[in-house]
Amino acid sequence: MTTTNPTRPAADTFGMYTVGAPIADTKAPTTVPIDKMWTTRKFDAKLVNPSNRRKLSVIIVGTGLAGAAAAASLGEAGYNVQVFFYQDSARRAHSIAAQGGINAAKNYNGDGDSVYRLFYDTVKGGDYRARETNVYRLAEVSANIIDQCVAQGVPFAREYGGLLDNRSFGGTQVARTFYAAGQTGQQLLIGAYQALERQVAKGTVTQFKRHEMLELIVVDGRARGIVARNMATGELETHLADTVVLASGGYGNVFFLSTNAMGCNVTATWRAHRKGAYFGNPCYTQIHPTCIPVAGDYQSKLTLMSESLRNDGRIWVPKRAEDCDKDPRQIPEDDRDYYLERIYPAFGNLVPRDIASRQAKNVCDEGRGVGPKVGDFRRGVYLDFAESIQRLGRAAIEEKYGNLFDMYAQITGESPYEVPMRIYPAVHYTMGGLWVDYDLQTSITGLYAAGEANFSDHGANRLGASSLMQCLGDGYFVLPNTIRDYLANGPFPKVAADAPEVTGALAAAQARIDRLMAINGERTVDSFHRELGHIMWEYCGMERTEEGLLKAIGLIRSLREEFWRNVRVLGSADSLNQSLERAGRVADFLELGELMCIDALHRRESCGGHFRAESQTEDGEALRHDDEFLYVAAWEFAGGADGVVGTPVLHKEDLVYKSIELKQRSYK
Amino acid sequence: MNLTLNIWRQDGPNAQGRMVTYQLADVSEHMSFLEMLDVLNEQLVEKGEEPIAFDSDCREGICGMCGLMINGKAHGPEVTTTCQLHMRSFHDGDTITVEPWRATAFPVLRDLVVDRSAFDRIIQSGGFISVNTGAAPEAHSVPVPKPKADRAFESAKCIGCGACVAACPNASAMLFMGAKVTHLGELPQGQPERWARVVKMVSQHDHEGFGGCTNTGACADVCPKEIPLDVINQLNKDLRGSMSKRA
Amino acid sequence: MDPVATTTLLTGETTARRTTVFMKFLMATTGALFVFYVLMHMYGNLKIFAGPAAFDEYAEHLREILVPILPYSGFLWLFRALLVVSLVVHAYAAFTLWSRANGARPQRYAVKNAAKGAARTKMMRWGGVTLLAWLIFHLVQFTIAKVNFNGAFSADKLKLDGHPSTGLLVIASFQLWWVVLIYLIALVALGMHLFHGVWSGAQTLGWTNSATSRRLAHTTAHLVAGIVVLGFAIPPLAILFGIVKG
Repeated sequence: MTTTNPTRPAADTFGMYTVGAPIADTKAPTTVPIDKMWTTRKFDAKLVNPSNRRKLSVIIVGTGLAGAAAAASLGEAGYNVQVFFYQDSARRAHSIAAQGGINAAKNYNGDGDSVYRLFYDTVKGGDYRARETNVYRLAEVSANIIDQCVAQGVPFAREYGGLLDNRSFGGTQVARTFYAAGQTGQQLLIGAYQALERQVAKGTVTQFKRHEMLELIVVDGRARGIVARNMATGELETHLADTVVLASGGYGNVFFLSTNAMGCNVTATWRAHRKGAYFGNPCYTQIHPTCIPVAGDYQSKLTLMSESLRNDGRIWVPKRAEDCDKDPRQIPEDDRDYYLERIYPAFGNLVPRDIASRQAKNVCDEGRGVGPKVGDFRRGVYLDFAESIQRLGRAAIEEKYGNLFDMYAQITGESPYEVPMRIYPAVHYTMGGLWVDYDLQTSITGLYAAGEANFSDHGANRLGASSLMQCLGDGYFVLPNTIRDYLANGPFPKVAADAPEVTGALAAAQARIDRLMAINGERTVDSFHRELGHIMWEYCGMERTEEGLLKAIGLIRSLREEFWRNVRVLGSADSLNQSLERAGRVADFLELGELMCIDALHRRESCGGHFRAESQTEDGEALRHDDEFLYVAAWEFAGGADGVVGTPVLHKEDLVYKSIELKQRSYK
Repeated sequence: MNLTLNIWRQDGPNAQGRMVTYQLADVSEHMSFLEMLDVLNEQLVEKGEEPIAFDSDCREGICGMCGLMINGKAHGPEVTTTCQLHMRSFHDGDTITVEPWRATAFPVLRDLVVDRSAFDRIIQSGGFISVNTGAAPEAHSVPVPKPKADRAFESAKCIGCGACVAACPNASAMLFMGAKVTHLGELPQGQPERWARVVKMVSQHDHEGFGGCTNTGACADVCPKEIPLDVINQLNKDLRGSMSKRA
Repeated sequence: MDPVATTTLLTGETTARRTTVFMKFLMATTGALFVFYVLMHMYGNLKIFAGPAAFDEYAEHLREILVPILPYSGFLWLFRALLVVSLVVHAYAAFTLWSRANGARPQRYAVKNAAKGAARTKMMRWGGVTLLAWLIFHLVQFTIAKVNFNGAFSADKLKLDGHPSTGLLVIASFQLWWVVLIYLIALVALGMHLFHGVWSGAQTLGWTNSATSRRLAHTTAHLVAGIVVLGFAIPPLAILFGIVKG
């Protein structure tokens, strides 16, 4: 059902952005049926003679699942690959932290799964804000991913017959999730990492560890290299190639507290954005309802607890605010508010992620949150297993959730067997990213984006166990096939080391570092980052309003202004300097944050992870406006010097659904 | 709680290092050990002193980036990663000595940050199964007996943090290597390269300057992923096997 | 790329025989030979309870093993050669690994808490050195120079049927408390060396892959160490306390 609302006023840009020409993907062969498109595209993509591949060079930034898989595959094919990452080893990229599993349309259980069903579930789960051609291809390559990983030695869970085990995940009706205990991401990444190291040994791939990309080099309209800082020595280096792939992950750390790793950042993609790559749907953020709450001002990150806990735990807060600091076990049943069971009697504690998250925020805003006070509020709700333990016995609960309970106890010092767990939502994935076409090429020729770094196949909301699938699909199967179509036109004219585009990019990176080092202000980098996170979480988090977003934009602008005047970075730029690394990342987050707010402000509808309070049904459910917003928002940068963000230009890519019927998402 | 911290400071790879003592007040027992260092660093920056460099990334015990020698124990008093160690494991008035991993193969870059590239090179030397993308057979074509699959998984849990090397009296990386040899060697997919793999990996290990194993078990005692000592036995067995089966 | 480490990936052929693990195999196999030898030696020592004549006869018999095939003393000399070679290999491997270990961590930790691991390794190394020193003393005393420290026994009194008797020398020697003490100290070192050595050897040879085999290796290590210490301690103590007399 497409919702129309004739009384809505015409879109107001608030002077925050302008609307540019629409864009469209031109690479998907839309003349053939959707299930033939990928085969057709692979056939149409030009080939590169094996003897010529060594002469063609590829730069890849990031060694998570997408980057490592692409680097290994392109190296195997014989291209000359250089790979950059900020960690000390390619094996540490944050893909490693994914717990649940990886989806694939294998239908090993004969329960009716198929490529089409996985495609259908993904588009629907993304609230009809993803490009259907890309999603279909993702579902199509998903089965190959499992084959590849098994051949690499990824130790997936198996049944006694020796075959692979599957589980159903995230409320899907088929069991299509492959897993390795609670460490699927780790095992997949080690598989990709080993394939990558094999190529390093063969000499097809060169690794640059502890290197951070600071600038993109664009020559004659083509991405031709990067400026990277060797974080161990502080040296700025330029690296040139025929094409550049960004697989640098998501930007959840704009919220300061998230389930991302400490080093996750937007710098690589933001620098590309500044050079002309469009940023797609930056406001689409996924907030996970079951994380361990913030314990104090010193908190550096948040830890996710598997969503499966909601199957047996009951969520509640005290009815009265004055009970909030009491021992929960002393609060009688009548004084507890099992608010999800009360508001959603049909779904109870199993309502979708976004609803569970938003309601937790609401009860805490009312002053009924539990746990330690952080700022003016207690940010936590109880997830209580007392009843389950009584009903099923402690042993049964221990078998199901033992390792999660141990992890919780390790972090909080409280045993969930004795005291109700405390949980609170946290940012853990960003659906937005660099806009790409069917070939994963950005709006800059020769610049590709893969994995969480692109605006991706997940639309406005990602389903569980789908991020690993997308990253590996992009890295192993999509990029190696599409990038050859581009490389077949190469090698491109050699770029001189002293070309103005190269020296200009290097000088820009150097100037930025020099400026950061020279400010010598009063405040630490982390204090700015923390403040930005508060703003984003408050106004661009689980629930967004026009008023709040306008306020946030103002706050971010003044914070950014203060940052460039008052940040304190000690030490020197020519050695390992972690404050400097963070300062550069926070500077970019301060620019991205504004764009996220503008995107959220312009999208006056609720869809997936983006909830606009002004656009909800009577039951408080997300309400889409397909008549107005059935498009990808691709933002063009229109700013200037560091810290200066001009008025961005909105390019709309209309979403066309030919193979799937557009419906309003409903949980009834 | 109030703490006295003795922390190794070293300005660069070739600089002379020294222990520096810091006092830190009002530490919450709910902080993680690294958050405690974050707080110390914020205070140092405010005072105009350079913060202490230390590695960490995921801070949920899985990436293997963090790793500190705390009071002579790799990752501190609990069997976990440094990032998952919490201050409730310490007491008011404690003196805590923090040092980097010490091994020739893990040179110090700055303060508490070391270079663990040697581990990558050990993997490069043979810690993989050679299969090109797209060359894989259907996943169900080779069943794997569950006990073997389970042992492979248990060994594959290694996060490459280097605590085994740090704790070993010989600075040996046998537990790290044994875990990889066992992971790949238990699986049918890993058989074709099994004998060559172990020889190449151990040769690279020795070349890196790690010490030999003396079967003390100090490594397994501190391993945050509780990799058992018997993976070293497996490595030894495979190396012995390689002498008759390689050719 | 690597700011500090200059180590590179090995190129060319690698061989198992040049690894530290192979060194350990050498230690384990030569160690196993010594375990066998020590048990036989212990058995021979117990002959002292049957009197010095029986003891000497046993020693004489060793020289006659395989006599028609080998010349007189041939087997004994071959075996001695094997033992010497084994000892050299065992010690060479030990010292090589020891020096590697020192090179692997030139900068020590300020706080040492790796108690268990470090203690065991130290025990093996310094215990091994102690044993080596004692072994030289022991060989000089009873095999090479046949030195008698006991003034109560003249050279004549150490003869049996006109021939110098090793059995009598043993009895004479262990009537001295300090000789017994030296041997007891050496036995403690030997016991600990065997205890960790037997277990460690089993692990090195890859025999401890299951929980059962690990238990078995531990039990065997305890048993071998216990039997050897007891078996070797009994004769000197019996002599010292006058239970066995010349």
